[in-house]
Amino acid sequence: MDLLPKRDLRHPLLRIEHLSKSFGAHEVLRDIDFTVYRGDVISVIGSSGSGKSTLLRCVNLLETPSSGEIRFHSSNILSPGINVPGYRAKVGMVFQSFNLFDNMSVLKNCEIGQRKVLSRGAEEAREKAMHYLRKVGMAPYVNALPRQLSGGQKQRVAIARALAMEPEVLLFDEPTSALDPEMVGEVLEVMRNLVREGMTMIVVTHEMAFARDVSNHVVFMADGVICEESDPIRLFSAPKNKRTQEFLSRFLQQ
Amino acid sequence: MDSILQFLSDCGTVLSRYGISFLRGAGLTVVLAVACTAIGCVIGFGVGLIRSIPTQPGQPPLQRGLLQMARAVLAVYVEFFRGTPLMLQAMFIFYGSAYAFHLHMDTFPAGIFILSINTGAYMAESVRGGIQAVDPGQMEGAKAIGMTHMQAMFHVILPQTLRNLVPQIGNHFIINLKDSSMLSVISVTELFFSFKSAAAAVYLYFPAAFLAMLLYLIMTLVSARLLRVWERSLSGAENYELTGDPFSLDAGGAGPNDKEATV
Repeated sequence: MDLLPKRDLRHPLLRIEHLSKSFGAHEVLRDIDFTVYRGDVISVIGSSGSGKSTLLRCVNLLETPSSGEIRFHSSNILSPGINVPGYRAKVGMVFQSFNLFDNMSVLKNCEIGQRKVLSRGAEEAREKAMHYLRKVGMAPYVNALPRQLSGGQKQRVAIARALAMEPEVLLFDEPTSALDPEMVGEVLEVMRNLVREGMTMIVVTHEMAFARDVSNHVVFMADGVICEESDPIRLFSAPKNKRTQEFLSRFLQQ
Repeated sequence: MDSILQFLSDCGTVLSRYGISFLRGAGLTVVLAVACTAIGCVIGFGVGLIRSIPTQPGQPPLQRGLLQMARAVLAVYVEFFRGTPLMLQAMFIFYGSAYAFHLHMDTFPAGIFILSINTGAYMAESVRGGIQAVDPGQMEGAKAIGMTHMQAMFHVILPQTLRNLVPQIGNHFIINLKDSSMLSVISVTELFFSFKSAAAAVYLYFPAAFLAMLLYLIMTLVSARLLRVWERSLSGAENYELTGDPFSLDAGGAGPNDKEATV
C-alpha cells in the first residue's frame, strides 16, 4: 500500500470525452469519459466483454473510435491531419500476447522503433535498449529470438521495447493473462518498479491485488460504460455501484 | 541387348555432335530460372506490398482513388498472367510488341521479361497469402511503437513473409527450370531449344529427349537440395548464448586502463 502515489490533478495528459465505439450494430463502448493525469496508475477492471480492452485499443488508435474525442495534452488526436504514428510513439502499449517481432533478436526488438521511428543513432538506440532491458532483467538475453523465451520473459522484453521509446504513458492490455501462474509475479514486479519510478500507466487487468495495491485510481467497467471510478481503497472497500459490488464479491469469494 | 547398345551409341552420336549445345542450353535454362525467379519475387513482393496498403475513411480522396486504381490494374495483371498459357504469352508479347509498336526485342531479354512477369503474377498471390499468414499481432506491435504501415511491412511483416515463402520460391524456381522450355517458341536457345534442333538434325528424337530430360532432372534435383540448405540457414540458430551485460563488461574493462592512463 505504501506505493500509492496521490493523484496529482495538475497535469492532465489524456482526456477521453464522450468516446463511443461500435462494431457494426454492436455498441462496445458508450459515452466514455475519463482523464489520465501525469503520474497516474489507472487500473481498468471489469468482467470479460465489458469493453476495457477496446477502450485501451481506442486510446492508441488501434481501433478507431466511432465518436468522441481523445485529447493528448491539448490536441484532439481524432481530428484529421493528426500524425497518428507520431502520437503512438508517445503512447506505449504492452499486449496480452506480447507481439514481439518474431524475426528480430531481443536487442533488435528494442532498437528498431528507436532507429526507424525516433531516428536515433545506432549507438544511442543500443544504449537505451540495453538500459531498459537491464531494468526488466533481460539484458543477458539480447541475442535470443522471441520464440526461444518463456512467456514471462517475452512480456518483460515487450515492456522494455515499449520503454525504449520513452513514452509519456504506457498502456497495458491484460499483460499477465496469457502467462503461466508462476510467471505472473516477475511481470507484475517489473510493473511495480515502473510505478515507483513515476511512470504514467493505464492497466487493463484481472489482477485485483495489483489494482488494489499499486494503482492510484481504479475504473470499473461493465457493458461498455464506466460504472464507477475512484481511488482503490474506496472502490474496493466500499463500492457504491451495485454491479461493482457484485463483481468484487465474486472476486473476493475466490 | 543389341537395342540397348544401339541406344547407347545413338546417345553418343547426339552427345558428340550436340553435347556442347546441350550444355549451353542447360546453362541458359539455369540463368533464365534464376533471373526470372528473382525478378518474379521482386515483382510479387511489390504487388503484395501495394495491395496491402489499407484504404481508410480519413484518407484524402485522391490518394484513395489512386490506390483503388492501382489495385484494379494489379488484379488484371495477376489474373491475365495466371489465366493464359505461358507459351501464348511469350508469342503474344514477343510478336505483339513488334506488330503493334514496332519494338523488336532480342529473344533473350524478351524471354527474361516474359518469364519474370509470369512468375511475378504467381508470386503476387503467394505473397498475399504469406502476408495474411503473419500473425496480426505483429502489425499491431509495430503500429504501437509508432511505425507507419510501410515501415511495419518492410521491417516486420515482409521479412517474416519471405521466410515463410522460401518453399514456394523454391517451387517456382523448379517450375521455371522446366517452364523456360516454352520460351523456345520465340527461339530462346535454352535446353529445350537445343534438344529440338539436335533431334531434328540427326533424327534421333528418343536419345536426344532422354539426354535432355536427364539434364533437366539433374538440374531440378540439385536445386531442390540447395533450396533445402537455404531454407535451413534462414530459420536461424537453434540456440542462443547468454551474454554478460556487454555494457557493464565494457565499463569494467575500461576501469584499469583509465587508471594506467592517469598514472
